[in-house]
Amino acid sequence: MSAIWPPEPPGTGMPTGAVPKQEGIPVIHPGGRGEFLEKIEPAEELMEINMGPQHPSTHGVLRLVLSLDGERIRACVPDIGYLHTGFEKSFESHTYQQCIPLTDRMDYLAPPMNNLGFALAAERLLGIEIPPRGQHIRVIVAELSRIASHLIWLGTHAMDLGATSVFMYCWQERDRILDILEWISGVRMMTSFIRVGGLMADVPQEFEPMVRDFLRDFPLKVDEYEGLLTSNPIWRERTIGLGVIDAASALAYGCSGATLRGSGVPYDVRRAAPYSGYEQFAFDVPVGVNGDVYDRYLCRVREMRESCRIVEQAIDGLPGGPVNSSDRRVVPPPRDEIDTSMESLILHFKLYTEGFRPPPGACYAAIESPRGELGFLMVSDGGNRPYRCKVRAPSFSNLSALSQMVEGALVADAVAIVGSIDIVLGDVDR
Amino acid sequence: MGLTGAAGQIGGDPRAAPGAVVGAGPSVPLVRRSPLLRAGAPAIPGAYPGAQEAAEAAARAGILTTSLGKVVAWGRYSSLWPSLFGLACCAIEMMGASNARFDLARFGAEVFRSSPRQSDVMIVAGRVSQKMAPVLRQIYDQMPEPKWVISMGACASCGGIFNNYAIIQGVDKVVPVDVYIPGCPPRPEGLLDAVIKLQQQIAANPPTGLFA
Repeated sequence: MSAIWPPEPPGTGMPTGAVPKQEGIPVIHPGGRGEFLEKIEPAEELMEINMGPQHPSTHGVLRLVLSLDGERIRACVPDIGYLHTGFEKSFESHTYQQCIPLTDRMDYLAPPMNNLGFALAAERLLGIEIPPRGQHIRVIVAELSRIASHLIWLGTHAMDLGATSVFMYCWQERDRILDILEWISGVRMMTSFIRVGGLMADVPQEFEPMVRDFLRDFPLKVDEYEGLLTSNPIWRERTIGLGVIDAASALAYGCSGATLRGSGVPYDVRRAAPYSGYEQFAFDVPVGVNGDVYDRYLCRVREMRESCRIVEQAIDGLPGGPVNSSDRRVVPPPRDEIDTSMESLILHFKLYTEGFRPPPGACYAAIESPRGELGFLMVSDGGNRPYRCKVRAPSFSNLSALSQMVEGALVADAVAIVGSIDIVLGDVDR
Repeated sequence: MGLTGAAGQIGGDPRAAPGAVVGAGPSVPLVRRSPLLRAGAPAIPGAYPGAQEAAEAAARAGILTTSLGKVVAWGRYSSLWPSLFGLACCAIEMMGASNARFDLARFGAEVFRSSPRQSDVMIVAGRVSQKMAPVLRQIYDQMPEPKWVISMGACASCGGIFNNYAIIQGVDKVVPVDVYIPGCPPRPEGLLDAVIKLQQQIAANPPTGLFA
């Protein structure tokens, strides 16, 4: 061990072998179960087990190294990188337009969100504005994908705790959202619909009735999900008082999204730093009180209802006009112009072979993804590719709080806690 | 295995007696629906004259003649148990395929097993990173024979849009692949098609030398 350089300070790094006996075990269940578990004598030696990387409840390829004292977790070290895809490096060798399909595949539960974050950062560098219709459609697509993402979270979270039927319920509505996305973009999941400078195209006529149909049914469906879980005694027993994190710790870890709001901090990027015209819409930011798994569950379920409200307002007030910026540096000329104007043809050709060149500089643009604050720090050196693009992934920060949340919990409860922070490994590893 | 007595029910409705009448139509033995003995099947090669008629007469009486290899292949392809090996985006569509709308259960392949010891087909759904490749191989090695691999999506098949330092350019560099599915990600119908194609492959290659 003396060969390690720089030497690790004591008490950090991966726990190896026996860990010295500690005085007492913190009570993490304020309910009945903690009292029983408190009486168990701490073991002399801890057992290390791997949870993952191939495990059905780690929501991807996450490896958790658990140090167990019987059934109790005394330490948890997440090991990430099993889905490292090299997105940030790949951005540097692709033009800005080519980066958009790459962003789709980072947080693959809500692909349009990543498009939106990247496009906002690039647009901020370029200094261009999107017409109101484009912004409204962006908001509708983003909120629909937030609902779709929360539905996967709810389905898998409930399935991890044994409520298999919720999964089936959730997927039905998610497929309806994917149908809408497919109708407007041609693809179910990886739409690349939101582009730098606007959208892939204007939405077809059928978009509005499809969305209205969905909005009419969906609140009733949320009632159904809540009927299955919210007051279900098994669900409450397995989630209340579990995985508690206080507001100060959650902030210190850099948590965001429902993981932070569950602890009572009303931080929502849509409210704190509105983008794409979110300031026009009335919506509430649900917050929890106890910061446990149940409160995070309630926050996300309420968020689905709030997203419905936002989509409803956006589709009611959907303005006419163009969806794309009129800036010809970024947005290609209309098709009919290419037939008649030589300059337009050249512009179109140059745009798709060379791309556009934002002025040198750096900017940060953040959005509220289903998992929290998704930020893009983009640096331009004046070329047609990002000089550097750092992604501030919400799942990564939320995952860092996991060690504190699961300390003292049972192994079976670790599954509930991992589900409650709603991580996507594509977002963690990138 | 009870091949002589109960084998007449293979492929048919196990609750119905062999040769039962379906509905009010003409009397059709249920055994006719079996993929092992279709009406108009080619004559048994090298059989003595009248063997085909004898086999059909036996089928009407509820006795099915087949080879053991075909029965075993039928058993294999009728209940494929996939290993739950979701890696990235494609895993979401794989979960979608097992849900009510697409219902992978119609093809007998909905029992996703978390343990490789209990599964016989590995659906590699997503991009395989350099760090994940040894894990993938280990899980494949832990699966009991016979086993098959479906490479789902562009990333698993050839690296997809990620031609960089982090991603294995095709999972067939690590494990042998039986069926490739194109798409990024493939639709759930794509996965259903792959399962059907794999079933056809298994049916076309019945095991030999079972008593050797």
